[in-house]
Amino acid sequence: MDTAMQMKILKDMRRVRKMEDVCAELYTKEKIRGFLHLYIGEEAVATGVINMLSPKDNVVATYREHGHALLKGVSSKAIMAEMFGKVGGCSKGRGGSMHLYSLEHRFFGGCAIVAAGIPHAVGLAMAAQRLNEDRQTVCFFGEGAMAEGAFHEAMNMASLWHIPVLFCCENNLYAMGTALVRSQAQTDLVKKAKVYAMEAERVDGMNVFDVIEKTKMAQDYIQREKKPFFLEFQTYRFKPHSMFDPEKYRDKEEVEKWKERCPIAFLEKKMREQKILSNEQLKLMDAEIEQEMKDAVLFAEQSALEDIADLAKDVFA
Amino acid sequence: MKISYREALKRGLREVLINEKNSFLIGEDVGAYGGTYAVSQDFLKEFGAEKIMDAPLSEVGFTGLGIGAALGGLKPIVEIMTVNFSLLALDQIINSAAFMRYMSGGQITIPLVIRMTTGGGRQLAAQHSNSFEGWLAHIPGLKILVPATVEDARHMLRFAVNDPNPVLIFEHAMLFNIKDECDEAVKDFNPYNATVRRTGKALTLISYGGMLPKCLQAVEEIYDAKTEIEVIDLRCLRPLDEKTIFQSIAKTHHVLIVDEGWKSGSLSAEISARIMECCFSDLDFPVQRLCRKEVPMPYAKHMEEAAIPQVKDIVRKLQEMLYEV
Repeated sequence: MDTAMQMKILKDMRRVRKMEDVCAELYTKEKIRGFLHLYIGEEAVATGVINMLSPKDNVVATYREHGHALLKGVSSKAIMAEMFGKVGGCSKGRGGSMHLYSLEHRFFGGCAIVAAGIPHAVGLAMAAQRLNEDRQTVCFFGEGAMAEGAFHEAMNMASLWHIPVLFCCENNLYAMGTALVRSQAQTDLVKKAKVYAMEAERVDGMNVFDVIEKTKMAQDYIQREKKPFFLEFQTYRFKPHSMFDPEKYRDKEEVEKWKERCPIAFLEKKMREQKILSNEQLKLMDAEIEQEMKDAVLFAEQSALEDIADLAKDVFA
Repeated sequence: MKISYREALKRGLREVLINEKNSFLIGEDVGAYGGTYAVSQDFLKEFGAEKIMDAPLSEVGFTGLGIGAALGGLKPIVEIMTVNFSLLALDQIINSAAFMRYMSGGQITIPLVIRMTTGGGRQLAAQHSNSFEGWLAHIPGLKILVPATVEDARHMLRFAVNDPNPVLIFEHAMLFNIKDECDEAVKDFNPYNATVRRTGKALTLISYGGMLPKCLQAVEEIYDAKTEIEVIDLRCLRPLDEKTIFQSIAKTHHVLIVDEGWKSGSLSAEISARIMECCFSDLDFPVQRLCRKEVPMPYAKHMEEAAIPQVKDIVRKLQEMLYEV
């Protein structure tokens, strides 16, 4: 990775984290309501993967998708306005935190039913294949989704029919509050994927260099073999599952231990070691991000509420 | 020339597969087996495996794949073998297909068709005899078509495939062998409107799908020029064509709804409620309903017959109501 790329990756990860911090703060101020699932700690995964994509590629994500949407090109303004339930939001305030959509950016949710988006990704990839469109399809889901039938059905079909999907499992070890070891008999997720005669690799999800390297490798394989690929990103959620979670299911020490592996701090350290990141650069970067998020919040504040007269609009096309 | 309901469905499907470049059929046993109800017999040979996709037994998976394919620009026709198995795919049908457009602020369109057989009457017992079409009509974002005639079976699919919204088509298992004339080039066809199958002034009989032929037969049996019965075929359960219903009631002042679904929390309850809300003063007699008995479907023939409204039940109910006229 060249210097410019490392700089971009660092900035993207910091943007994702800053946006989440701002959302958390606005949640306590009751500007944002409903459920709010933060991605803090897991930034290297979406940042690494989505930076390897182009605007025309399809992304399907989960309800912990603010960062994914931002990285795919949806503006922080449109995301923040969506959080506020305003008409300027990327889903016009109809979806909220869990249902960010942007057809323009080929971002297909924002799916809040665990694993339900996985077969959508298979269908999207099949469509691109049949229509001879040059676009990749990437599907994000948590390890909890790997206990759902939809996951297994989709994996089987993708492998059986050689549908080129990049399956990205963000293994943060907990399905809400239930640990992987307490809910799945086979905790080796790569092994689990390989059951479907699909190639699979494990990735250090706290190390963005590894994320990028393995993503590229998977993309090359998909391009070459016209088959799907599964990546397990081992990562960790530093914050509670949602804003209502008292975190009774995990020790503080465990959380603190993972925080030492913060993916942003890790990249910063690596860049300093290469002498390509100075305090001034970091300060400037943070100032830009600070401004971007301020602008986003201002936009959200000023955006209009949808007219109640339009309540029944768009049930049908 | 008369053709069967099965042949009509087959012709409709074949026409769409030929004319719509990006259409494809996916479902269990639609290819090599020829379709459980032989609707896609020989299609695998004619169209190839890309257009006729034999799916694994994965209702959630291939319904979800259909949604994704629709998002990606294809025109999927998903066949769920029977309505009973659609329960496995309900999350995809409701939480994704029906809601995604609204949740995305109107950005997303899902031109998806899901076909399935429905209904009881073939001694298949509780798990293979459900009529859930009225239940699915509860969901905003879905269109529900219920072809009851050979002509509707022939032409409804074309409209469904060209609709930018998810459309569910329920083909009744007891209708596959009925035969009737079929106009190949029918004009002014709108499957989303109810239609009056028989006009009359004495009573409005509202039905659809597998119950419609039974209703028409019952009316035939008690035919009397003085007590002519108007028979409405709903054809589409959502959106519901209230206008046709209310116009008829303004003329007849008596209503009987015959629905194969259970009464509790049902489509017949919904129609009845709307009639009370909107044209209560037109009624000379309380709205009456004939529905499936509130039991899981029994296997034994005599018990199954007792559980589903039969022609004789409809005749008896009509006579009961007409004596009051």
